[in-house]
Amino acid sequence: MIRPACLILLAAGGITGAAPPAAAERLVTSLSEHRVMVTSSFNGSEVVLFGGIERDTGALPLRGNYDIAVTVIGPRQTVVTFRKERVLGIWLNYESRVFENAPSYLAVLTNRPLEAITNADTLRRLQLGLDNIALPQRLDHAPADDVPGETFRKAFLTLKDEHGLYRQESNGVTFLTPALFRASIALPAEVPTGTYEIEVKLFMDGMLIARTPSALEIYKAGFEQFVSSSAQNHGVLYGLAAALMAILTGWFASVVFRRD
Amino acid sequence: MQIYLPIADLPVNIFLILGMGLAVGFISGMFGIGGGFLMTPLLIFLGVSPAVAVATVSSHIAASSCSGAISYWRRRTIDVPLAGLLLAGGIAGTASGVWLFTTLRSIGQLDITIGLSYVLLLGIVGGLMVIESVRAIMRARRGKPIELRRPGSHTWIHGLPFKLRFKRSGIYVSAVPVLGIGYIIGFVGAVMGIGGGFLLVPMLIYILRVPTQTVIGTSMVLTLVTMASATVMHAATNHLVDAVLAMFLMVGGVVGAQFGARAGQRISGERLRLLLGLLVLAVGIRFGLDLTLPPENLFTLRPLEAG
Repeated sequence: MIRPACLILLAAGGITGAAPPAAAERLVTSLSEHRVMVTSSFNGSEVVLFGGIERDTGALPLRGNYDIAVTVIGPRQTVVTFRKERVLGIWLNYESRVFENAPSYLAVLTNRPLEAITNADTLRRLQLGLDNIALPQRLDHAPADDVPGETFRKAFLTLKDEHGLYRQESNGVTFLTPALFRASIALPAEVPTGTYEIEVKLFMDGMLIARTPSALEIYKAGFEQFVSSSAQNHGVLYGLAAALMAILTGWFASVVFRRD
Repeated sequence: MQIYLPIADLPVNIFLILGMGLAVGFISGMFGIGGGFLMTPLLIFLGVSPAVAVATVSSHIAASSCSGAISYWRRRTIDVPLAGLLLAGGIAGTASGVWLFTTLRSIGQLDITIGLSYVLLLGIVGGLMVIESVRAIMRARRGKPIELRRPGSHTWIHGLPFKLRFKRSGIYVSAVPVLGIGYIIGFVGAVMGIGGGFLLVPMLIYILRVPTQTVIGTSMVLTLVTMASATVMHAATNHLVDAVLAMFLMVGGVVGAQFGARAGQRISGERLRLLLGLLVLAVGIRFGLDLTLPPENLFTLRPLEAG
């Protein structure tokens, strides 16, 4: 269950090599928590990401016009989206689309609206933002086009947004000083467990000049973990235990409330 | 106080769940039914997925029917051979019900099937109960005696072969309709997440002419065994039984049932049947509206992998 490998990435702070030659900025980030436990009292959580912008040479002072975009992608899941249609007066699931390996959770946090940070082409190329994320779809085993304004795609995004699982916040990143920022990642109670990939991107004048990866793990612990893994791995035993629990509860009640 | 449900994957308020268990338990004790037809929709309304709700409620019904069955056992009002034969049909029915449940879930038509069956079944049964009990109340007002059992009247059911004698109930019927009734109850119970008590009791009374003394105890034994086996089968095939949710429902349910049973003894039989009929009908109408009114959101999401 413990996967420390993904966390080492974080500790290293991540240095990007893809920055254009003109810029020599580096990003250093850290999370308030690397592992979020889902226990019986879990009711959503919040993880805070802190980051600093460093300059290699130190000869030039820090320039102020930086922009930060933080993307958090949860474990990928294949999901079916059904559309109801009226058939003989009854609304039933009629058409469906399969979204292959779509992020179960997606947060895009920025310090100002994405459109203000860089141009539409760059956003599309980086798949940055809910409008630009690629969501491969399949229709009856044949690949279907992933058109931005398409109804199934729109419905998928809306439903995910309603559950708090997809979020795009243009004020999600706050600059504490020109070179220091924080972003709070809100995790609703429904978040699936697994590894969450985090990427922090640094923009300057619309150009991506640095990026650094990080990761977060959400896992069930203690009793919750025990129950869900036994349900999954020992179905029959689990079922027998549940049935036995039912019979004992019933028997216990009849003893307690016996009137004669 | 919130608690996170490990299988349903959502946090709920413990007191809300206990309260629901109490309320449904009260009703189930009052009318001598399992109460699954109320509990499953309530859980779905709370946000539990229909599949988890159906699977979990089966264990809750097993608990409440167990405490009922034990007290009827003490009063010696259970017809064991009859219950055994009903069970043979019931287990076969449960197995095919769980199979259908798994199949429908994989093709995305489980919710609609659960919805439609609720409308049809609850609408018909509720309607019939209301009509029958109103008639009985009117007859009683006119001073005529109420007669549920008509020993002389025989139907084609009584002409079937493989006849058996059930001593405690004092009936002599063919094994075929007994097995058939058991099968239907097991099947419907597994698909819809109901114990089927509200179906079984009228079937035993009107089709098999089982006397009222043994009917409830016997039906509780059948409910107990079919629901306990449905729990095991749902857990083994679909991994959807939420033990934490089930536990809170059970505790509330068995306590509520005791108080309900006491309250039920103060109301006359026909009134009780009228109330139950209205309740069943109301739940059926509620499901009917859900299916026919334009939905708030046309789209639904469902993970493709189980779970």
